[in-house]
Amino acid sequence: METFMIIISGILFTIATYLILNKNFLRIVLGLTIFSHATHMMLMAINGLKRGAAPLLGENAEAYTDPIPQALILTSIVISFALTALLLVLGYRTYIELGTDNMKKLRGESHE
Amino acid sequence: MSNILIYPIIVPLLMAMVLVFLRDRIKLQQWLTVISLLISIGISIYTVYYVATEQILVLELGGWSAPYGIVLVGDLLAVILVAVASFVTLMCLLYGFQSIDTGHKKHFVYPMILILLTGVNGSFLTGDIFNLFVFFEVMLIASYVLIALGGKKIQLRESIKYVLINVIASTLFVIATAYLYAATGTLNMAHLSERIALAGQDGLLTAISFLYLTVFGLKSGLLLFFWLPGSYSAPPAPIAALFAALLTKVGAYTVIRTFTLLFYHKPEITHTVMLWMAAITMILGALGAVSHWEIKKILSYNVIISIGFILFGVAVGTEQSLSGSFYYLIHDMLSKALIFIVGGAIINIFGTDKLKEFSGLILFRPLLGWLFFIGMLALAGVPPLSGFVGKVMILQGAISASELTVSIIGLITSLMVLYSILKIFIHSFWGETLMSEGQEYSTGKHALLPGTILVVCIAAMGIGAEWVNTYVAQATEVMVNPNLYIEAVFKQISP
Repeated sequence: METFMIIISGILFTIATYLILNKNFLRIVLGLTIFSHATHMMLMAINGLKRGAAPLLGENAEAYTDPIPQALILTSIVISFALTALLLVLGYRTYIELGTDNMKKLRGESHE
Repeated sequence: MSNILIYPIIVPLLMAMVLVFLRDRIKLQQWLTVISLLISIGISIYTVYYVATEQILVLELGGWSAPYGIVLVGDLLAVILVAVASFVTLMCLLYGFQSIDTGHKKHFVYPMILILLTGVNGSFLTGDIFNLFVFFEVMLIASYVLIALGGKKIQLRESIKYVLINVIASTLFVIATAYLYAATGTLNMAHLSERIALAGQDGLLTAISFLYLTVFGLKSGLLLFFWLPGSYSAPPAPIAALFAALLTKVGAYTVIRTFTLLFYHKPEITHTVMLWMAAITMILGALGAVSHWEIKKILSYNVIISIGFILFGVAVGTEQSLSGSFYYLIHDMLSKALIFIVGGAIINIFGTDKLKEFSGLILFRPLLGWLFFIGMLALAGVPPLSGFVGKVMILQGAISASELTVSIIGLITSLMVLYSILKIFIHSFWGETLMSEGQEYSTGKHALLPGTILVVCIAAMGIGAEWVNTYVAQATEVMVNPNLYIEAVFKQISP
C-alpha cells in the first residue's frame, strides 16, 4: 500500500511541477496546491500507514500507529490553505491593477 | 525561570492582536508597539545576561518533556539574536512612525510588524524542527502582507514572485522534514543530533541535509537569491529595512543551527558545497551591487553579499570562523538596518532612487551624510567599527583552515561592497547642491534618531569588541560542541 501511495504522490509531483512551470498565474496556484497535497501524501506514506491500533492507552494493543505524521500534515494543510487563499487574493488584485495574469508580463520594466 | 523564554514570542503576538482592534487610533497603536518592543528587549537582554552567567534555558511547552513535546531552547546564540532582532525592529519603527503613510498605518502595518517579530523570535528560540517551519510561516505570512500592503503595481508584481518562491521553499521544507522524520523518527533538534551522531550520517542523511541547505538557501539568499533584489526594493523604506535586517538573517541562523547541531559529521561533503555556494553568492552579489544604479537595488545586493560572507564562515567551520560568523551576523543586522534607513531617507528626500539624479546632499543634510558614511565604513569592514572584527575572525579562521581562494574572494568582494556604497555616497552627498530648503519631497529628519542610535551601537560593538567577544565565544562553544545543547535539553531526564 505504501508503494502505491508513493507512486501516486510521485505522479502528483510531476503534474504539480508541470503546472508550476506554466505562465498562467491560476495554473501556478493550482500547481502549488497539488504540490502540497503530494507532499502530504508522501509524508503519510513514507512514515508508514496503519501499523497498529489508534495511539490511545485504552486500546491495550501490541503496536500503535505513529500519530506524529498526521499531526504534521494537519498543521501543514492549515498553512497551505491559508497561503492558497492569500495567493488567490493577491493574484486577483494584481489582475485588476496590472491587467494580466501572465507571469512573463510581470517581469518588471526599467522605466517604472 | 525558564518561562522567561516565552515572553519574546508572546508579548508581540498578544500586542498585535490587541492592536487589530485599535485600527483608527494610530497614536495609541504606536505607543503600545513601542511599549511591547521595550518589554521584549528588556526581557531578552535579561535572558542574555542569565544564560551567559548561569546556564542554557529550556522551556518545555505544555509540560511535555523532550523529546515528546516541543521545547524552546535559549542558548546564547538564540537569545542574543532575539535581543538584537527586537532592538532592530524598534529602530525601524522609530523611523517608520513618521515616514510610513497613513494608509499603511490604518491597514494594520504595526500588528503585521509585531507578528513578523513573533515569527523571527520563535524561529530563533525553537528547539523543534517542525516548529521551526511553523514559525517560519508565521514570519513569512506577515512579510507577504507587508510587501503587498499599499497595492502599488511594483509591490503587487514583486509580492507575487516573493510569495510563490517562498511557498515552494516551504513545501520543500515539509518534504525535507518528512524525510528526516522517516529516517530518524524524531523532530526534536537535540534528539535528532543525538540520533544522527549515534547512527552516523549516512548518504541518506547527507542528501536530506542538502535538501535543507536548498530550503534555507532559498530563504536566506544563499546562491538562490534571484528573488531577493526585486522583492526587497518593492516595500516602503522602513519595511525594507526590517526585511533586510531580519528575514535573510533568520535563514542564516537556521543554516548555522542545522549544520552545527545536526549535520556536522560529513563536512568534507556538505560544508565544501556550502563553501562554494557562499563564494559564488559573494561574487554574484558583488557584481550585482557594482552594476546597478538604483539605491534600493545596490543595497539589496549588499544583503546577498553579507549572507555569503556569514555562511562562508559557517562553511569553514573552525571555532574562530564560527564566532566570526556569529559576530558578523549581529553586526550585519544592525548595519543593514542603518544603511537601509538612511538610504530610504535619501530616496524620500529626492523622491527617486536613480543615483544619477542625485547631488550635493552634504550641505543640505550633513548629519545624514555622516551616518551614511559611517554605515558604509562599517559594512566594508573598516576598523574600529563592528564589521572589521567579524571579518578578521572569519578570515583568520579560513586562512588557518587553508581556504585561501575563498578568503581572497571574500576580501575582494569587501572592496566591491565599499565601491558600490561609495558610489551612492559620492552621487548623493558630493557635488553641486541642487536643492534648497522646501524643495525636498520629505525632510529625511526621521531617520536621524534611529540612525544615530544604530551608529552608536555599531561603534560600540567595534570598540568594545573584547567585551562582546566574551558572549560570542560562549555562544560559539555550543556550536562547536553540540553535546552542551543536548545535555541542556535532556537534563530533566538524566540529571
